[in-house]
Amino acid sequence: MEILASSIVAGLLFGMVLALVALGLTIIFGVMDIINFAHGEFLMFGMYTALLTSQALGIDPLLTLPLAALVGFLLGIVCYRGFITYILRGPMIAQLLGTFGLMLLLRNIALLVFGSEDRAVHQGLLVDKSFEMGLGIIVPATKLAGAGLSVVAFIGVWLLMTKTRMGKALTATALNPQGARYMGISTEKMNALAWGIGGASVTVAGALIVNFWPVNPYVGLLFTMIAFAIVALGGFGSVPGAFAAALVVGLITEIPGFWDFLTYTLEMDWMYDVPMTSFKYMWIYVAYFIIMVVRPRGLFGWKH
Amino acid sequence: MSARILEIEDIKVRYSGMPVLQGISLHVDAGETVSVLGANGAGKSTLLRAVMGAQPAFAGRILFEGREIQKLNTPDIVNLGIVYVPEEKMLFSPITVEENLLLGAYVLKDDERIRANLAFVYRLFPRLEERRRQPASTLSGGEQQMVAIGRGLMSNPRILMLDEPSLGLAPVLVDEVLDTVRKLKDEGMTILLVEQNVREALDLADRGYILQTGRIVGEGTGAELMASDEVKSAFLGL
Repeated sequence: MEILASSIVAGLLFGMVLALVALGLTIIFGVMDIINFAHGEFLMFGMYTALLTSQALGIDPLLTLPLAALVGFLLGIVCYRGFITYILRGPMIAQLLGTFGLMLLLRNIALLVFGSEDRAVHQGLLVDKSFEMGLGIIVPATKLAGAGLSVVAFIGVWLLMTKTRMGKALTATALNPQGARYMGISTEKMNALAWGIGGASVTVAGALIVNFWPVNPYVGLLFTMIAFAIVALGGFGSVPGAFAAALVVGLITEIPGFWDFLTYTLEMDWMYDVPMTSFKYMWIYVAYFIIMVVRPRGLFGWKH
Repeated sequence: MSARILEIEDIKVRYSGMPVLQGISLHVDAGETVSVLGANGAGKSTLLRAVMGAQPAFAGRILFEGREIQKLNTPDIVNLGIVYVPEEKMLFSPITVEENLLLGAYVLKDDERIRANLAFVYRLFPRLEERRRQPASTLSGGEQQMVAIGRGLMSNPRILMLDEPSLGLAPVLVDEVLDTVRKLKDEGMTILLVEQNVREALDLADRGYILQTGRIVGEGTGAELMASDEVKSAFLGL
C-alpha cells in the first residue's frame, strides 16, 4: 500500500513541476502557433543558472529563482527578437527547423561554457531532508518545495495572463492577431512577451528541478519531449489543460512504482523480471502516441 | 469649413501583383459621414485596410489630421484615433462580450474614461449589457455586429471606419445597425462608411464616393449621387 501511495504522491508532485515546464511551451504555441523545440534548452539554462549562482554565492538554489526568471525572460526576448521574428515570415517548415536549430545552438553554447559532465546540487537548505506525510509516504523536501513553488508560479502566470491589461492583450493576440492589431495591440510586442514569459516560467522550473536532478547540456531534450506530451494531451495553447495533463504525465512517470505495487500484490514471478524502471520515460511516449491517435485535440481542445 | 480629418491622395494598392486600387483620392472632414459605395471586388475593403496600414499602398499619401500615416503600422494608426470595424468583425469569440469591448479600449489608459465609454456603448446597445458575461461566439450575427461596432467606439475614435456593417444581416437588423450609425452621426462622430446598401448609405451620408474596379467614378452629396446615372445604372437597376 505504501508503494502505491508513495507513487501517486511522487507522480502528482512531479506533475506539478512539469506543469510549469509545459506552461511556456503552450503559451508560445497559443500566441504564435510555433512549436519551440528549444524549450528544454531554456530549462537547462535555468538549471545552470540556479546551480552556478548558488555555488558561487554560497546560497540555496531556491534563492536564485528571481535570477533564473530574469535569465529566462531575457533569453526568451533575445531569441525572439534576434531570430524567431525572422523565421516567422518563412514557411512552416522553416519555423520547425528554425527552433530545432536554436535547440542545437543553445545546447552547444552550454557544452562550450559548462562542459559535458553531470553536475548536481549537493548543498542547500532542503537537500537530503525529507517529510513524513503519513501512510508511510516519505517525500524529499526538494521535490515538495519544487512542486509547491511550481504551483505558485503557475498560478502567478495564469493570473498575469487573465487579469492584467497586458495579459488580456496577449490572449487577444492568441485568439486573433489581426483583430488585436485593430485594437492597437502590437503583435511583435506580444510575441516577444510570450517568449519572455514562456522563457521565464521554464527557467524557474529548471531552477526548481536542479535541486533533485543533475544537469548536463543534454538534459533539455527529455523535458522538451515531456512538455510536448503534456501540451498535446492538454490541448495546444490551453493553460488549464497543461496543468491537468501535467498531473497525468507525472503519474505516468510513476508507472514503475505502480508495477512494483502490482508485483508485490500479485506475487507473480515473471513480474519481478520486467526491468520496468529502465522504461520509465517510454510510457510518456506511449501515452503521447495514444493521445495523437485517439484524441489529437487533447483533453481540453485546441485554443481555437 | 471644418477641419479635415482624413485625406487620401492618389493611393495605389496591389494585391499579389494585381492592381486593386488604381489611384484613389478622397477626404473626410470632422463630423462628416462619408459613404463609399461599390460592388463586390471594387476595392472598398482594401481602401480601408490601406488606411489602417494592413494593406500597404505602394504609391500615394494618406494624411490623418495633416500628418502622413501611410508608413505607420496598424497599432500606431489605432493609437492616433483611427478605428476600423472590419467586415469579418474579428471578434475574440471565446471570451465574453464585455472583455471584447474592454479590449477595444486597449489604447486608453484612463480607467474612468473606459468605464464611461462602456456605459455609452451599453446605452447604445442595451442588448449587449444583458449579454455582457456571455462568450461573444454565442451571440447572433446582429449582436456580434453590435459588439464589433461597440468595441470600435470604446477608444473614443477621431474617425470610425465601418466596413459593411449590415453585411449578412436580416433586413430588420440592417435597419437597426444603420439607425445606430445615424445616432453616432448625430452625436458628432466622424464616420467613413463602406456599404452595399446603396439607398440607406446615401440617405445617411453627407457625401459619398462611388468606387468601381479600383477607381472613383463618382462623388457628391447623398442626394446628388442618388439622382446620378452612375448610381442608377450600377446599383439600383433603374
